[in-house]
Amino acid sequence: MSNFIVDKSGIKRYLVSVKINGSEYTRVVKANTLLVNFLREDLDLIGTKKGCELGDCGCCTVMLDGKPVNSCLVLAVDVDGREVTTIEGIANGEELDIVQEKFIEHAAYQCGYCTSGMIISSRALLNENPSPTEHEVREAIAGNLCRCTGYVNIVEAVLAAAEAEKK
Amino acid sequence: MYLPDFEYYAPESIAETCQLLSQFGPRAKVIAGGSDIIVKMKKEVLAPEVLVSIKNLAELKKIEYVPGKGVVVGARVTHNDLYKSKLLAEKYASVSNAAGQMADNQVRNIGTLGGNISNAVPSADLPPIFIALNATVKLEGVNGERTMPLEDLFTGPGKTVLAQDEIITEVVIPDQKMTGSNYIKFGLRKSGALAVVGVAVAVEVENNVIKDARVALGAVAATPVRAKKTEEFLKGKTVTDELLAEAGVIASGECKPISDIRASAEYRTDLVRVFTKRALRKAIDEGHV
Ligand SMILES: Cc1cc2nc3c(=O)[nH]c(=O)nc-3n(C[C@H](O)[C@H](O)[C@H](O)COP(=O)(O)OP(=O)(O)OC[C@H]3O[C@@H](n4cnc5c(N)ncnc54)[C@H](O)[C@@H]3O)c2cc1C
Repeated sequence: MSNFIVDKSGIKRYLVSVKINGSEYTRVVKANTLLVNFLREDLDLIGTKKGCELGDCGCCTVMLDGKPVNSCLVLAVDVDGREVTTIEGIANGEELDIVQEKFIEHAAYQCGYCTSGMIISSRALLNENPSPTEHEVREAIAGNLCRCTGYVNIVEAVLAAAEAEKK
Repeated sequence: MYLPDFEYYAPESIAETCQLLSQFGPRAKVIAGGSDIIVKMKKEVLAPEVLVSIKNLAELKKIEYVPGKGVVVGARVTHNDLYKSKLLAEKYASVSNAAGQMADNQVRNIGTLGGNISNAVPSADLPPIFIALNATVKLEGVNGERTMPLEDLFTGPGKTVLAQDEIITEVVIPDQKMTGSNYIKFGLRKSGALAVVGVAVAVEVENNVIKDARVALGAVAATPVRAKKTEEFLKGKTVTDELLAEAGVIASGECKPISDIRASAEYRTDLVRVFTKRALRKAIDEGHV
């Protein structure tokens, strides 16, 4: 059963402990708090973007226990005890992840709004499948909509990252 | 977008889940992955006062073969769990392939089999192939459990026989005589699109003769439906291209699609004709694919 407290106005608030980008966070949230809002508003992790908020666009993609999900469809209370990786957790300190580097090299973004989600989906793909085909890359980012550049440079960047990582 | 207030429970057992659902009655809803219900709450189609999360019911997360029973799939199994299951790839790749064509990777990591079924949308991708494979569904409630053919669960768009205190716990694909099965989905895009038409078939073929056939259609009636005339027509016949083409024509006469934003009724009817033919051919030639 979830732990909760009842505030002065009678509203229940639930205890959530979640490991985000390697650090443990414990917070008290209302049941209706969505993971994307929890990250952005309670934890200031604003690298995760909000687009359609209906699970279509993929801007809010984060890894939940290593798997990409739309954080706009997930309740913060439901991630109690689990592990989340956001775009802020992809680089190793000052050192960019190879996927981020290749996105820069290949000019794989323009306005940047879809980029956090794109990189999360791409990183998750390479973690599971280090040598993806072009088709597999396209499948992996099919739930991340880019309205600026199209996908050619993005796909090239992910394939280049896979190549570089093999070395 | 923010959700309205609701109370939240995450029970540790099926019994406790059913107890809560019974206690709160129609004010409560189950939440599994949330990919349907959260969207409905955001669109203000639903406003449950209580959400009962089944995230702690670990027993609903299995895909396993039980000798004498069949392949047992728990309600909390996600689309990607189905898609990536080794057991299904071996026995019924038609099921994993159907799951792999759903939504997109992120939603496949969230959405569950139980949610896809309970939601009872006519275009849902998973019911047709499970129905073609003669799957049963198990419901558990405060007064015990019951099992029924999956096709009997649905009573209309968004409607099932589930009682307020009941949840779906598992779906079972029984051991088969069927030698092949296949699901073809037609969506308006390759990814992230709901089915305009979905056709699932299963066939038992011996020496090029069809001994048994099951055809289940999605998105062309108020519920997923069997094309029983088509099935009867196929039984005992020798496989030829003409036979399969004729089966397609019969199946297209058995559906009652509507026209909506995605396609006209006429177009859907014709798609049923073509996909029935193609799905039969695949299942006959390639087995469970
Ligand atoms: C972007 C996007 C794309 C999609 N694409 C597809 C697609 O291609 N094909 C497709 O078929 N669907 C698609 N869907 C719909 C959805 O993802 C699926 O129907 C999914 O299977 C729902 O499962 P869930 O666990 O998320 O359900 P939830 O939202 O948690 O629940 C859905 C409903 O079922 C009830 N419920 C859930 N589990 C149980 C249970 N075990 N027992 C009783 N009741 C239960 C809930 O109370 C609720 O009413 C898409 C959704 C989105 C957002």
